[in-house]
Amino acid sequence: MTTEMSASSARLGFGFDASRPVLYAVAAVLCVLIVLPLSWLLLYSVTDAQGHLTLGNFYRLFTESSFYDPLVTTFIIATTSAILCCAIAAPMGWLVARTDLPFSGVIRALVTASFVTPPFLGAIAWELLAAPNSGLLNKVYRALTGAEQDQHLLNIYTLEGIIFVISCYTFPYVFVLVANSLDRTPGELEDASSILGGGRWYTARRVTIPLVLPALLAGGLVAFLQAMTLFGSPAILALPAGFHTMTTKIWSLFQYPPKPELAAAASLPLLVLTVLLLRAERMILGRRGYSVVGGKYGAPRLIPLRRWRWPAFVLCLVVLLNPVFLPYAALFNAAFSPVATTFLTFHNATLQNIHFVLFELSAASLALKNTVILGTTTATVGTIIALIIAYVTARQAVAGHRMLGFLATAPIAIPGIVLGVGLFLSYTRPPFVLYGTLWILLIAFVTIALPSAYQQLQAAFRTIHPELEDASRILGATRLRSLWQITAPLLRTGVIATWCFIFVGVMRELSAAIILFTSETKVISVLIYDLNESGDLGAISVIGLGMLLITFSVVIAVNRIPGFGTVRFRT
Amino acid sequence: MKSSNVSRRDLLIGSSALVAGAAFSTKVLSAAPPASAITSQLIDAAKKEGKVVWYTSVDLPLAEKVAKSFEAKFPGIAVRVERSGAERVFQRIGQEYASNIHAVDVANSSDAAHFIVWKKQNLLEAYLPEDVAKFYPAEHKDPDGTFASFRVWVCIIAYNTNLVKKEEAPKSFADLLDPKWKGKIVKAHPGYSGTIMTATYQMQRDLGWGFFEKLAAQNIMQVQSSADPPKRLALGERAVMADGNEYNIFQIKEKGGPVEPVYATEGSPLIVGPTGMFKAAPNPNAAKLFCNYSFTPECQQVIIDIGGLRSMHPQTKEKEGRTPFKDIKVMKDDPAAVEKMGDEIKAHYSKLFHV
Repeated sequence: MTTEMSASSARLGFGFDASRPVLYAVAAVLCVLIVLPLSWLLLYSVTDAQGHLTLGNFYRLFTESSFYDPLVTTFIIATTSAILCCAIAAPMGWLVARTDLPFSGVIRALVTASFVTPPFLGAIAWELLAAPNSGLLNKVYRALTGAEQDQHLLNIYTLEGIIFVISCYTFPYVFVLVANSLDRTPGELEDASSILGGGRWYTARRVTIPLVLPALLAGGLVAFLQAMTLFGSPAILALPAGFHTMTTKIWSLFQYPPKPELAAAASLPLLVLTVLLLRAERMILGRRGYSVVGGKYGAPRLIPLRRWRWPAFVLCLVVLLNPVFLPYAALFNAAFSPVATTFLTFHNATLQNIHFVLFELSAASLALKNTVILGTTTATVGTIIALIIAYVTARQAVAGHRMLGFLATAPIAIPGIVLGVGLFLSYTRPPFVLYGTLWILLIAFVTIALPSAYQQLQAAFRTIHPELEDASRILGATRLRSLWQITAPLLRTGVIATWCFIFVGVMRELSAAIILFTSETKVISVLIYDLNESGDLGAISVIGLGMLLITFSVVIAVNRIPGFGTVRFRT
Repeated sequence: MKSSNVSRRDLLIGSSALVAGAAFSTKVLSAAPPASAITSQLIDAAKKEGKVVWYTSVDLPLAEKVAKSFEAKFPGIAVRVERSGAERVFQRIGQEYASNIHAVDVANSSDAAHFIVWKKQNLLEAYLPEDVAKFYPAEHKDPDGTFASFRVWVCIIAYNTNLVKKEEAPKSFADLLDPKWKGKIVKAHPGYSGTIMTATYQMQRDLGWGFFEKLAAQNIMQVQSSADPPKRLALGERAVMADGNEYNIFQIKEKGGPVEPVYATEGSPLIVGPTGMFKAAPNPNAAKLFCNYSFTPECQQVIIDIGGLRSMHPQTKEKEGRTPFKDIKVMKDDPAAVEKMGDEIKAHYSKLFHV
């Protein structure tokens, strides 16, 4: 039917259907982006340092406890974080999207704030808060209870601490997916349930929750994969805690002399696990996809919380203390106090850290420039690519669309640090010598952003019934034209949200950058990591707060944050 | 340590120059270049380049102070400091040079073994600043003029004076193994820090790996850079540091921070941080100027006064209140051995400390 359509529209003279060349070009780009570094990784994983074929890397991986332990640790962290994220984000998403929770726009904005906070910055802030002896919260605890100096309430340098910090900055993924899905769920289905005698809670249980289940599962999966491949928080917290996760282990394998073959082998279990999980998700969901935005549906219904309105609001704020209020307060405190974990007073306040960052830190301005350039270009390029792929797979526009979808999702399984190495191996030799330029970082960031951008846009496409496009096509528009005139406007919010997602993602990205940067192409995340290495917490706080300011300004300037935080006044 | 071939021999001569008091061969295979002064031609040429990129592992605020003092003296030449742990600086330069990226002008490392490797790879420019030629002792400069000791310090124990009474403080490395310090020690990592790499070599040589095995059982807090333990100590996050930079302790203490250095009775590991410029430096004249400036009494006094470091320049003055360098019992440094054993040390350390 598709081919017939294109043929007929071409005959009718409504213009050449350029969709195919565009699609093949995108497929080619994807291959270069993903297949090239992955092939290098695969090749490296089965060779030894001398370049001979061997399975010895895998043998070491599964027999030596220095490899096996991090694998187990990573699995525990990822599973626990994913569960924690779903348990917190799903009810919050529901409260915000489907109930008359007061100030739901504020809650959305605060979730955005925790999403925008880079996980490594959050981890550093939580060091300031909950290091067992110097942590601010522990100081408060000792002051309140009169406990001994070496007693503490919280210890961030533990497995639980790491899981907590990772969850703080991963739960927004679940929240956004769930809340967006609930936003889009039409009122008609619920109305139908009500008309047939279903009560509000019955309707929620039998209609709304099943409708949102795919988004929740997808969210849980994204949270799992994020937690599994995250480098920043473990890099800051796991070393003092005395253990490795898979990503920090892989990073340690690049210490001189680098052992890329072992690192490549170590990353493959993560890749396999991800592929299996994605397949499992598809099996569980089966054909349960729901087209919920068509041409004829109305706005969703809000459930009145009555006397639970304010308790629910307070509960949301309490949850958001952890990723937003407390860490930001700690960073603010550290930025202006003479010693990072001394409580700020009017007498001890100092501008020495600000002075240091603005006037002495010579690497700062270049890093800032690089970061902004990379953020905007990556977001633009990434959104366009993800949009095209999402369209192709959602509408099954060309043969091999599954392969495209798989390729676009594959990078999620590759820890950024390993992708960094794959790219490093690919682009340090002719014909593409890109190392040392911003291009290699652009490629890395686009590749890393692609899975979530693609999944978001695909989800957006899935909810838009093809009937609208079909109508346009029947009236003679080419595929690209109907895409532009019908689908694009419907997708506008989704596209802008994706752009912001990617931009923020670049700000958060550390793991690939730490392999791919040179002194000329340093980005802020790497600068912060370097500062953390030598314990310059005051300077980190100043840069971190500045970075958040930039991110917020850009996100707000671009769109007033639809999907998250457009303050929607509902009654 | 047998010299089996010419290149290894070159290597040994180069490295032994740094071994304080070692009886090394006096036969010099290649003569050092003539000493170069800071001339107005050099300054003009450097100003045309307008910038210099300095890779260093010295504590960042100090590195920026040195950079600022250079910029004040030679306006129009911006210094960009690329600071990270010495092992990461080394990894970075290796990675960049393997891809033909020549971004570094001048490097300063806290692992003197790195200069042996770079010299062996023929990456270093032979450039002999006037001060080095005239004033620096032979064991603190490469006979071929490719590097010299920009800074010297020791890796020490220290404690937080709010948390530990003076009489209860550890006096030796052996004291750190006392069960009362369990969970109270912070320590840096030889995989990231050149200082700790060098120190770990000297300590396992003099105290044996058994010491580290017992230390690992003390439930230590592991950080990366040797500049970090003094800062954790100042925060009060841990009571004692097992290793870290003496110079950071001085900086913190002299600003009123609650820290106190301890020079272990077994001796403190001696750390030497050479500076040298690269042949392929993108800003060769600015690099020469910066190298030259680094060894002037003026710059050396900056690293002493502000940085808390030790200088080998005889015209510098030690700061009051610090234990004079000659009174400190130090362990013997041996960059050539560190160069050989580096991987082994990292591997053994990782096994003991699980990170």
